[in-house]
Order: sequence, then C-alpha cells, then structure tokens
Amino acid sequence: MKCSPIKAALGGAAALGLSVLFSTQAWAGKTLDTIKQRDQMVCGVNTGLAGFGAADSQGKWTGLDVDVCRAVAAAVLGSGDKVRYVPLSAPQRFTALQSGEIDMLSRNTTFTLTRDASLGLHQTAVTFYDGQGFMVPVKGGIKSAKQLKNATVCVQSGTTTEKNLTDFSKANNLAIKPVVFEKLEAANAAYFAGRCKAYTTDASGLASIRSKEAKDPKEHAILPELISKEPLGPLVRRGDDEWFAIVKWVIYGLVEAEEYGITAANIEKLKAESTDPVVMRLLGKSDDTGKLLGLDREWLVRAITTSGNYGEIFERNVGEKTPLALKRGPNAQWAKGGLQYAPPIR
Amino acid sequence: MNSSFWHQKQTRRWLYQLALLLGLVLLLAWLLSNTLANMKARGIQSGFDFLWANAGFDIGESMIAFDSSEPYWRAFFVGLLNTLRVSVVGIAFCTILGTLIGVGRVSHNALARGLGYAYTELFRNVPVLLQLLIWYVLLVEFMPDSQSPLHFNDWFYLSKNGISFPVPVWDPSVHGLVWDVPIWFDGEITQGISLTPEFLAITLGLSFYTSAFVAEVVRAGIVSVPRGQLEAAKSIGLSNWQTTRQVLLPQAMRVIIPPLTNQYLNLTKNSSLAVAIGYPDLVSISNTALNQTGRAVECIALIMAVYLCLSLGTSALMNAFNQRMAIRER
Amino acid sequence: MAISLQNIAPKTPPVSHTSWRLWLRQNLFANRTSTLTTVSLLLLGLWLLPQLWSWAVWHAQFRPDADACQSIRGIGACWGVVSEKYRIIIFGRYPFAEQWRPLVACVLLVSLLVVSCMRAFWRIGLLWAWVAVWLAFFGLMGGRLFGFSLGLSPVPTDQWGGLPLTLMLSSLSIALAFPLAVLVALGRRSDLPAIKTICVTYVELVRGVPLISVLFMASFMFPLLMPAGTTPDVLLRVLVGITLFSAAYTAEIVRGGLQAIPRGQYEAAASLGLGYWKTQRIIILPQALAHVVPGIMNNFIAIFKDTSLVTIVSLYELSGALGLALSGDPLWRPFKIEGYLFITLIYFAFCFAMSRYSLWVEHQLQRSQAR
Repeated sequence: MKCSPIKAALGGAAALGLSVLFSTQAWAGKTLDTIKQRDQMVCGVNTGLAGFGAADSQGKWTGLDVDVCRAVAAAVLGSGDKVRYVPLSAPQRFTALQSGEIDMLSRNTTFTLTRDASLGLHQTAVTFYDGQGFMVPVKGGIKSAKQLKNATVCVQSGTTTEKNLTDFSKANNLAIKPVVFEKLEAANAAYFAGRCKAYTTDASGLASIRSKEAKDPKEHAILPELISKEPLGPLVRRGDDEWFAIVKWVIYGLVEAEEYGITAANIEKLKAESTDPVVMRLLGKSDDTGKLLGLDREWLVRAITTSGNYGEIFERNVGEKTPLALKRGPNAQWAKGGLQYAPPIR
Repeated sequence: MNSSFWHQKQTRRWLYQLALLLGLVLLLAWLLSNTLANMKARGIQSGFDFLWANAGFDIGESMIAFDSSEPYWRAFFVGLLNTLRVSVVGIAFCTILGTLIGVGRVSHNALARGLGYAYTELFRNVPVLLQLLIWYVLLVEFMPDSQSPLHFNDWFYLSKNGISFPVPVWDPSVHGLVWDVPIWFDGEITQGISLTPEFLAITLGLSFYTSAFVAEVVRAGIVSVPRGQLEAAKSIGLSNWQTTRQVLLPQAMRVIIPPLTNQYLNLTKNSSLAVAIGYPDLVSISNTALNQTGRAVECIALIMAVYLCLSLGTSALMNAFNQRMAIRER
Repeated sequence: MAISLQNIAPKTPPVSHTSWRLWLRQNLFANRTSTLTTVSLLLLGLWLLPQLWSWAVWHAQFRPDADACQSIRGIGACWGVVSEKYRIIIFGRYPFAEQWRPLVACVLLVSLLVVSCMRAFWRIGLLWAWVAVWLAFFGLMGGRLFGFSLGLSPVPTDQWGGLPLTLMLSSLSIALAFPLAVLVALGRRSDLPAIKTICVTYVELVRGVPLISVLFMASFMFPLLMPAGTTPDVLLRVLVGITLFSAAYTAEIVRGGLQAIPRGQYEAAASLGLGYWKTQRIIILPQALAHVVPGIMNNFIAIFKDTSLVTIVSLYELSGALGLALSGDPLWRPFKIEGYLFITLIYFAFCFAMSRYSLWVEHQLQRSQAR
C-alpha cells in the first residue's frame, strides 16, 4: 500500500500499547491501613444461614461468623459496630475476597489445600470444627447414609459438599445422583418439596436449615455419619501478613479467653483485680502484645467485651439453648477433650 | 488545487482509524495489565491446564458415561451435550407448537384467533426465568412423591423424580431389540429412560416461551404472502391443502426462516438459565468448575467461546440456506 | 339523445353485513373445521374456566392468615401470601421504615417514562426532566448524592431490590446504551475498515453469548479488570454488563433504521455541502430514529424482562425478593405459586402496556408515512 508512513505510525502505536502491557502495578496499600482510613471493616458473610450469618427483617446481622467479624472490628477499630456486612453466595465468595471487595470472609468456609494454595487466599484459624452430613425425611425410613443407593441428593453449587458427596458415593458404591442448585434457597426449596431423598451440607448447616426452614423439624432427621472433615473459619487475602496475623490472633485470643475463664461479664473485674500472669498478659496489663500486631494494648479486651469469649459466642449462636441445639463436641476446649487449642498469646 | 496533507480526505480517514485503534489498544492493555497485576499480587494461578485435572464431582444427568475421576474437559463436554439436548428438543417442540398457534392466529375462526392472541401475549410478556421457575415448582410440588409414583403397568412412572419410560435397545446377545424397562426400587428408578423434572422444566418452559415468538414469526410470514396469490390459486381450482402446500408455504418460508433462526438461537442461549433450576448444562458445570478451581476468567471465557461458536455456526448455516431460498426477482 | 328523468322505484335495503348472526357464521362456524374447532374450544373452556375461577377467586383466601390458607390448600388460592409479603417482594431488603423512599422514586421514574412516551412532551425540557428525575431517584434510594448526604439515612446499594431495582436497571441501561448504540451503528455502516471491523466484532460477540455469561463476567471479572484497591459497586458492575449487552442489540435496530434511509438523502445533503457529522445529526438520524422507535420499545421490553436474570448474581429483584421473603418462613413457603403468579402479573402489566404502546407508535408512523 502507498501509506507506508501511516503503517509505520500504526506499528509504533501498537508497540507503545503493548509495552504498557508489561509494566507491573504495585499492590496498593495494606489492608489494615485501608480499614483504619475507612474507619469501617467490610466482612463477607452468608446470605442467610441461621446461627452463622443471617440478617433479621430490620437488617441486623447475627451469627457465629458475624460475632467473629465484630470481635476483629472491635480489636482494630474500637467498636464492633464499625462493620459493613456483604452477603455472599457460595460461588461469589472467593472472587469477592480476591478482588478486595471485602476485607475478610467469615462465611462458614472449609479450609482445604486448593483454597489455601491456589486461590490467593490464606486460612486464618478454625472457628468451627464440623463435618458433612445428610438430612433425610423421617418417613423415608433411612437410618444410615449407606442406604442412599441411587438416591437423588440436593446440594448447593460451589462448595466442598459436591466433591465430598462424590467421594463418599464412590467409596461406598452408591451411584448417588446429585441435583446441583446455584442458590441455597433453591436447594432448600427443592429438598423440602420432596424432589430429593436427602440433603447434604455441613452438619451445622443442616441443623440450621432444619430449625428454620422445616415446617416441623421433627419430621427431618440428620443421619449420624459425617462423611468428611469440615474445619470452618475466616479467610483473608494473600500478600498481607500483618492483617493475616491480626485476624488469626483475635480468634486465638477468644479461645484462650475461654480457657482462662475471661468472659464479657467479668472482664472489667479481672482487668482491675486479677493477678494471674496469663490473664494480665491477655488483657494487656503486663505486656503490650497489641503493638507487635500493629494494634494498641487493649485489642483483646475490646474483642472480648464486644462478642464474649469463644464459648459465649458458641452458646449464643449455635449452642444447646438455641434452635440449632448443637453440642460443643469437637469444638470444646482441648482441656475438655475438644479440638480448640489456642497457641499461647505471648 | 492540492490541499495540504492534513486536509486530504485519505489522511483524515487513516488518522481517525489510527486514533481509534490506539485508544482501543491502550484500553485493552490497561485492563490486561490490571488483571495480570491483580492476579500476581494475590497469587491466583491461571491457564487452561486445569482442564486435564481430575474433575472430582459427579454430574446428575449426562448423555455419556461420566465418572468423578474423569478430567474437567470431559465434564464440560457433558455440559455441552446437555445444553444441546435441551436445545434440540426445545427447538423441535417450539416449532410445532409455534406453527400451530401462528396458523391459528390467522385462521377464520375468531375463537382460535383470540386464544392465539392471548397465548402469545401471555407468554411473551413474562420473563423466561420466571416461567422456568414456575414450571419447576409445578413439576416438583404437584407430582406424586417418589415413594408412591403414578405408574402404568410397571412401564411408565411419574413422580417427583421425573418421567420414566421404556426404550428399545439393541441387545447383541439375542441379536434383536429388547425393551429396557424402568425398574422402581425404594423411590429410585434405574434402567429405562428417565426425564428429570429439571430437564422437563427447562425444556417445557423454553418451548412454551419461544413458541409465542415463533407464532408471531409464522403469522408475519403467512400475512406477508399477497392475497392475490391465494386468490389466483383459488381461481385455477387448487384445493385449500394444495394452495397451502404449493403457493403459501414456499413464499412464506422465505420470510419466516431468518427470524426463526434468531428464535432458535435465543432458545439455545436461554438454556443457560438452567443453572437456576439445577439442570447440569454447560453454564452450570462451568460454574462448578469455577468454584472448585478458582479459574473464573478461563471458565467464563470458555462458555462465551462455546456459545459464540454455536451462534456463529447457526447464523452461517442459515445465511447459506437463505441464499438458496432468496427470491430471484425478475 | 334524449335523457329521460324518471323516478326509479326504491330498492330494498341491502342485507346487513354487520349483524351478529352473520359475524358468528363467518367467524365461528364458517366451515366444518371451524365449527369443530369452535365446539371443542368452547367445551374445553366450559370445563376449565369454572375450575380456574373457583380456585383463583371463589374459594381463594385474601387475608394474610396462614392457617386458613393451609386449610384451603388445593381447593383455593392463597393470596394471603401476597398481602403478607408484598412489601418484601416489591421492595426487597430495603429497610422497612424507609420504604416510602423507593415508592416515591418508582412513581417518579414511571411518570417520567410515561411522559417521555407522549409526543406532546418531546422538547428540550424533557432532557432536563430526565436529569432531574434520575438525580432525585438516586438521592431518594441511596440517601446520598455524589457523597453528599441528603438528610436521609444512607442505604447501601446491595439493599436495593424488587421493583425499583428492575425499573432502574432497565431504563438506565437503555438510556445509557442508546448513544453507544447509535455510534456503533454508524461505525458499522462506515467505510473505514478498522472502525467497521471493531463495531462488527463487538456486536456479533455480544449478540452471540447469553446475558447470563455477560452478568457472570461483569460480577466476577470486573473487579479484576480495575486497578488494585478500587472495588466497583455491585450495582454498577451489573449495570455496565446490561448496558453493553443492550447496546449491541439496539445498535442492530438503529442500523436497520439507517438502512431504510434512501440514498437520495445522503446525496442531497452532500450537494448542500454538509459534512459527515452534520449530515447524520440534521438529516439522517432524525429520520432513522423515528423509524426505529417501535424496535427500541421492543428492545426495552426485552431488557426489562432480562433484568430478572440479575437474581442469579444475587441482586434481589422481584423473583429473588420472593425467594428471600419465603426463605426461613416455612409457614408461607407452600404458597410459592401464588407469589410467582403475583410477580407474573406485575411483569405482564408493565410489558403488555409497553407492547401496546409500541404498536400504537407503529401505527402512528405508518399513518404519517402514507402520502
């Protein structure tokens, strides 16, 4: 063509454009600074799982995961109310965390290798040791998960549940047919309409759904088998070790507080009077552990005052007096035979 | 009079294109650099290598054998087959239904016209997702429980698990066709052909929705044939059936085919809504893969590429068909 | 030639062609097939309609009484679920006490749309009205405008839902897509190869994929495409996705209108010395756009229906809000069908009105085109 100077210009422009491609962008700002500047923490929670993360009709959020968020916000910003809750469905939760839309994901999420290694996320500490189970209608007469041969099972998409179900089905030769729904409400509706023989998710989720969605909770039974380990806990983004440490140690602090008998009710008294060196360290009287995390020395005091210690959080949201009526089980303190074992805060 | 270099029309044309291309390249480069930087900073891995990894999940219904130990690409293929299954059955059903309604709308009978009008207005003005959800609720709530299905002679079963019926299969050991009859045991059915409520909901929902549009297209096609043609046919003594077959339909077809293709494409694209009612089509399986592997960009790009290929392929086919059928004017 | 003027005897009046008997005969009983069709349809109607009436009206329960509803299950419809839950269905998760705000915002928006459809109001003041009403809409719904608080309690966008969300997404996306669509249509018809290729690629790419994949891409990938640290609002992402989607379809419609303009117009404009943009602005586009108004209305109806898909990316428009209203409420959940029928009625009312309007505009245009 005769327009060679134009062609040269076109080529130059293309080269210029492509060179922009290979310039890297610095990761902007640390999470803690952003939160402090915003004076608000953004917490990703469940859309509506009673006991873990659910909003009532006034828009007030309650639940075990919500209380953990409040504790972290209190430790960092001074008040558990400085949180904005973003309800996320299972498929959306990881991309919301990866993209920076939320600061921490507290949404009964299972810790797995894939999630820790390949999604660009970090798992902090386990807040709930759980397992996957099945719920069946009582009148179906099924007493054990091994009786689910050729059964249709309702399951929600985007969770570890699907894979565990497949593994269980294969290991026991059950040829289970999963019916996979995008939304939790659709999966619940299908199960309670009788489409599926069984419903599967974490056992705590089953208890929650049964208590809230079943017309008569006694008509549905949770089968005794737990087919997988589901350690649930909050996740944060990779690349920010400071924030990772803060969230992790707030949770450990709550567990340690229960071990040493610090509750939201007696914390003021203990702060004033206690002479136990561990308690004094936890409450910031002797050492300033907060400074090492980037916070002030009252960080754990505020967290415990806002939400209570781990045991109180458990009992308030999912304990025996709530409709879920879950026993401590593996979530008891290690000294009592459970799995909650906090490294020393020192 | 020689205008200067900058005022020549050729120059301006090239400059505008250059400017636009430059702007576009810069925009794309900026977006790409953002994406790469974000992914690197968060340690998100990328690439299509996950397609050969173990899928690890089962698929509720598939046309080919699929096990959880198969790779991801095979899972995607199963999803594609499920999508095609819904599309083909849906297209067939909506064409028949739509033609009937469309013909009814131009018939002499006022009742048929009125009902056809009511049908098209009703099904066109309600969103398709809502129709699918309603169909699904109807099929699941009002069917008999799987423990006590409606059955006819142990051959047909109707329950919340779907419709099951026997199908003849080739049995090599007896060198003949035998009936593969559904067997009901404890609420679950094996053997035979089972159509799950999810498949029924999406196929029926999409067919009824698209048939309203097909009826409009057919009606427009029939109306487009000039009355003179019909009157001429009558005047040379052709019967109604002969007129329809040899005069009306060939001319109407030319007007009907292009928008009809559009409707078929819409049906195929609307089948992606299966993700809302639990049918494992391509989008639903891609969603599962996205959640298991975290490769959002790759999975979404893959489904967009597949749908694009389907659309472009069908358009190309229909353009070729159209070329052949085009009216050769004098 | 002699012309004889005589009174002709009055003839008998012609047989009436409008009596109802004749109409019946021609339209219902014209021939054997027609009679058969009429009779079978009438029988079907006689069997079906009384049952429908009995279920939907006669035995139906209108009060929000769950026990009464349960007792008439299967016999009558439970419209009580609507009277109990209509506020959550129509307004989504918007705080209960502040629901007057989305109500007022909706009324404003619907009035604006209705007024824009009436020819008498097509003048420059309408554009200002559009800007004013949109500002009022966002101010009322969100409680803040461009960061300035308006004295109303702020409501974050993820709590917007129901009918206001549907109306906002569909009308805003069409309004924003329109300029883009006109540019893309002009670009597709231009003879500059680069511009034409880009426009064709864009349109074919977007028209070839389902809206749900565009929504997934917008909600999952959009944050990744933006610089680190910015998090685009969830509504904004969906709005961008729907706008890009509807721009492609609108571009095709506008292109159809542009194709209908005869070459003579272009040549006359050239002979007057008008440049490309002046020609388009003064001569071509006004004629083309007048042609495509029915097509654009149809596109608007399609986009209005397609906003129901945002429920899959967890924005609670009408059907999502229904799921929300009934989840966690086992008392009312069996009556989901009545809830769905209520939403169907809302969508049908809006879409039917819009389609009648579009037909009317088409008739007006045909009348104005006739010489």
